[in-house]
Amino acid sequence: MRTLRFLLRKEFLQIVRDRTLLGMIFMMPLIQLIILANAVTFEVTSARMYVIDRDRSTMSLGVVDRLTASGRFIPTAASQSLAAANDAMLDRGIDLIVVIPADFERDLVREMHAPVQVILNAEDGAAAGVTRSYVTQVLARYSAELGTSVRPALSMGGAGRVAGSPATGGAVPSSPSAGPMIDVQRRGWYNPELNYRDYMVPGILVVLVTMIGTLLTAMNIVREKEAGTLDQLNVTPITRPVFIAAKLIPLWVFAMIDLALGLAFAHFVLGVPVHGSLVLVFFSAAVYLVVALGFGLWISTIADTQQQAMFVAYSVLLVYLLMSGLFTPISGMPGWAQWLAELNPVAHFVELMRAVLLKGAGLADVARPLGILAAMGVLMLTLAVRSSRTSQ
Amino acid sequence: MGSGALTLRAFVVKEIRHILRDRQTLAILILLPLAQVTLFGYALRNDVREIRIAFVDPKPDHATIALRSRFAGNGRFTVVSASSTSAGLAPLFRRGGADVALVFEPDFAAGLAHGSTARLLLISDAADPNTGSTMQAYASAVIAGYLAELRAGNAGVRIIPQIRMRYNPTLESVNLFVPGLIALVLTLVSALMTAISLSREKERGTLEILLVSPLRPWQIITGKVMPYLLLAFANAVTALLAAWLLFGVPFRGSVPLLLAASGLYTMVGLALGVVIAARTSSQRAAMVGALVGTMLPNALLSGMIFPISSLPDWLKAVTVVVPARWFIVIARGIMLKGVGIHYLWDELLILAGMLIVLMALAIRSFKPRLA
Amino acid sequence: MSVAIAVRRLTRRFGDFTAVDGITFDVEQGEVFGFLGANGAGKTTAIKMLIGLLAPTDGDASIAGFDVVTQAAEVRRRIGYMSQRFSLYEDLTVRENITLYGGIYGLTDAAIRDRGRALVEQLGLAKAHDRLVAALPLGWKQKLAFSVALLHEPTIVFLDEPTGGVDPITRRQFWEMIYATAARGTTVFVTTHYLDEAEYCDRVSIMVDGRIDALGTPDRLKRQFDVPTLDELFVRLARPAGTARAPV
Repeated sequence: MRTLRFLLRKEFLQIVRDRTLLGMIFMMPLIQLIILANAVTFEVTSARMYVIDRDRSTMSLGVVDRLTASGRFIPTAASQSLAAANDAMLDRGIDLIVVIPADFERDLVREMHAPVQVILNAEDGAAAGVTRSYVTQVLARYSAELGTSVRPALSMGGAGRVAGSPATGGAVPSSPSAGPMIDVQRRGWYNPELNYRDYMVPGILVVLVTMIGTLLTAMNIVREKEAGTLDQLNVTPITRPVFIAAKLIPLWVFAMIDLALGLAFAHFVLGVPVHGSLVLVFFSAAVYLVVALGFGLWISTIADTQQQAMFVAYSVLLVYLLMSGLFTPISGMPGWAQWLAELNPVAHFVELMRAVLLKGAGLADVARPLGILAAMGVLMLTLAVRSSRTSQ
Repeated sequence: MGSGALTLRAFVVKEIRHILRDRQTLAILILLPLAQVTLFGYALRNDVREIRIAFVDPKPDHATIALRSRFAGNGRFTVVSASSTSAGLAPLFRRGGADVALVFEPDFAAGLAHGSTARLLLISDAADPNTGSTMQAYASAVIAGYLAELRAGNAGVRIIPQIRMRYNPTLESVNLFVPGLIALVLTLVSALMTAISLSREKERGTLEILLVSPLRPWQIITGKVMPYLLLAFANAVTALLAAWLLFGVPFRGSVPLLLAASGLYTMVGLALGVVIAARTSSQRAAMVGALVGTMLPNALLSGMIFPISSLPDWLKAVTVVVPARWFIVIARGIMLKGVGIHYLWDELLILAGMLIVLMALAIRSFKPRLA
Repeated sequence: MSVAIAVRRLTRRFGDFTAVDGITFDVEQGEVFGFLGANGAGKTTAIKMLIGLLAPTDGDASIAGFDVVTQAAEVRRRIGYMSQRFSLYEDLTVRENITLYGGIYGLTDAAIRDRGRALVEQLGLAKAHDRLVAALPLGWKQKLAFSVALLHEPTIVFLDEPTGGVDPITRRQFWEMIYATAARGTTVFVTTHYLDEAEYCDRVSIMVDGRIDALGTPDRLKRQFDVPTLDELFVRLARPAGTARAPV
């Protein structure tokens, strides 16, 4: 163990002496966290609307009015020319075109239903989906409103409080008559304000710490290989486990500090909740980092140059990160991808973090991901130890 | 400048040979991005495919059973539990065992029959508010469908929105991600590799040899960077091919223009790599800087996944300096909208401007060495 | 006189290529043994097998009585090594390098302190004790690396091309250090390109194409092959096909 102490001192000295590196380890995650915490949202605050009103009736004006009043749509231009509207959309000057056909009001009164054409710019798909639900919601509400005024004799007090669904984008039975009605009360657990940030920030933090940690470990051993000092160490009485431990511990410590700082920042400055046990969070982080760093070390023992090591590490990391359920839900992935996610430590840790921080999950609740991470940690370290001190 | 050009050519040839000799890295550099685009194209979806629902039904009756069987019969839903109390709900959700839960009141059918209101509690795991509200919406749609059937013939006024999603009618996730993925992949080869290659020379001291040679700084940089440009370009082409062949991503606009834009974007990445190499103290720092500094901004601030329009204003301003942001607009414009250069002038000029600024920075960073 | 290094039919193959082809020799304790050969003759491969960096394909070797393969841990404790690239950590100071290697070899803190100070004074590096190794001129690095390799007082020290790229005066000083070391009873196993240095050794061997084609004291070999210098002998032996082999 004494040997370990000396090796650790050397490792720490080498990291601390590299000024830019040190700055990166601590400053970069924080800066990125600040910026990115604000970036992650699907909220569409306002969509620029192009109105083509061919009816010019009270009701058509009412449609435009309701859309504007919702605060989500800004009437940006209007004309009778669809060509002009299309052009504006090509040029990205507007986000949607609303076309109200002639005879709109007449159809509504006489047939009880009328169409409105809405063309959304789906170039940026996520935004389009959200905008679509806003549009359907506004139109549904207006339908209900009209229902009570157009057929007052049939209404039995109170607008229809029915489970209107934006996703069907269409028929919303409104206006109660002597018919059954269901009152659906909706509750969103864990995130009453539907705050996307709380959901994303823990994940981003994990990403940042993982990237830095894994990359640095991946380059660590190769660096000594390139410098020639690795041979020197291999000739000494240092055993392989001690060697790997000495490589792992310093960066592990730094990564934990990074994570702690990031969490503190996330909680106290960004207001991310910490409903569960912090001890559990840090314990899980400790296990997870062994996996992430151990992986980097393993790569480092088999790569020949730092360039190679870094490239492989980055590529694998990219896959892990994009497929971790952080940006796109795992439930949305095809079966084989979901199966692969089981092998992805980032996915497990992100799931764990979210459960503990946002849902207040306890040890029993996260036993499965934690167990998997522990097993992976053992595997990674074994691989790294085995393949260190490789001869040519 | 005749001899200068020859020297440069010799230099470039040497660099290319140098890369070609490292077979492993070369194979990885070409195949890996391709594998990534393929992988992500298939795996990254924003859709909600399976919703796990739990029922709490204290007194099952014909109405609750009817509604429950609607969910059971709906391909999108998977029933994970049905119990008579809500006691097990909280632990179930905490474990991540269910996405939504439907809690019936005890006399549900009675409520429906007498013209009064029957109550339902629809709980969704809104930790992820995006999927949370989508799942909630799907569940609400099933309920509405059931209610509509009960109320058949009692329809009220309906404004029917006919919604068309232009440029991407099916909201195919892959169409949206692919331009961003290509940007990510290009950044890897361009910014990263250049940063490493140059900082390695800096560390070894071989860069000084070059600086003392007749080659001027801009020639050295160009020479070092040229092979990676070719490589990145090869990557872009293969990635686009994969997108087209495997995923049917549309290419409604001019492909040469897209390739030219990819080339331009790659060069910006290369220039960035050079600047990073110049400004960092070690190969290690250069790598970490290049990676951490480009990957997350590319993923999160480029509009690849999260729309730029959703960002707070100050952050929108920040995205202006993210080159990928402009490339994605151009790529989407050409691929999905089929627009020509006429509509993309702004973005192209911005990228060109970035290139010039970065190159100037790069050259300036290497000049002091000569003094 | 005990045998420090015993090598029997040591062989190393890489696929079809045989780098080291069944070499056999002994090195006595306290000898300065010069292990010579052209580039690609198999020197580095052989030395790597002796110090445990590479596994032999065939044959065996023992160091200080311990088998290099089955008793590797024992071997490592007793040897010192200075690689071709002087392998000290450039981003650590002189003191830190000494402390590190002292600690790795199990020296007590007091021993590290004392021996370190003695080493530094002997080399005249007292003023550079806390400077980064990167800042030292090449000659100093080389002498420092050698001294650090001896810090834990190994019975055998392996030097792989230790004087590459250094001026003749420094080389001379270095060889004086080697003699001093051998005089203390440490065996010095050194590979080198410089045939004039070979004359300084007690015995030399010359490797050609994976085999040892000459082994003996410099004087004896010169008489045997009737050449004025070892340089001459080397050139003759290192020629391909039709090379004369000396009886070992």
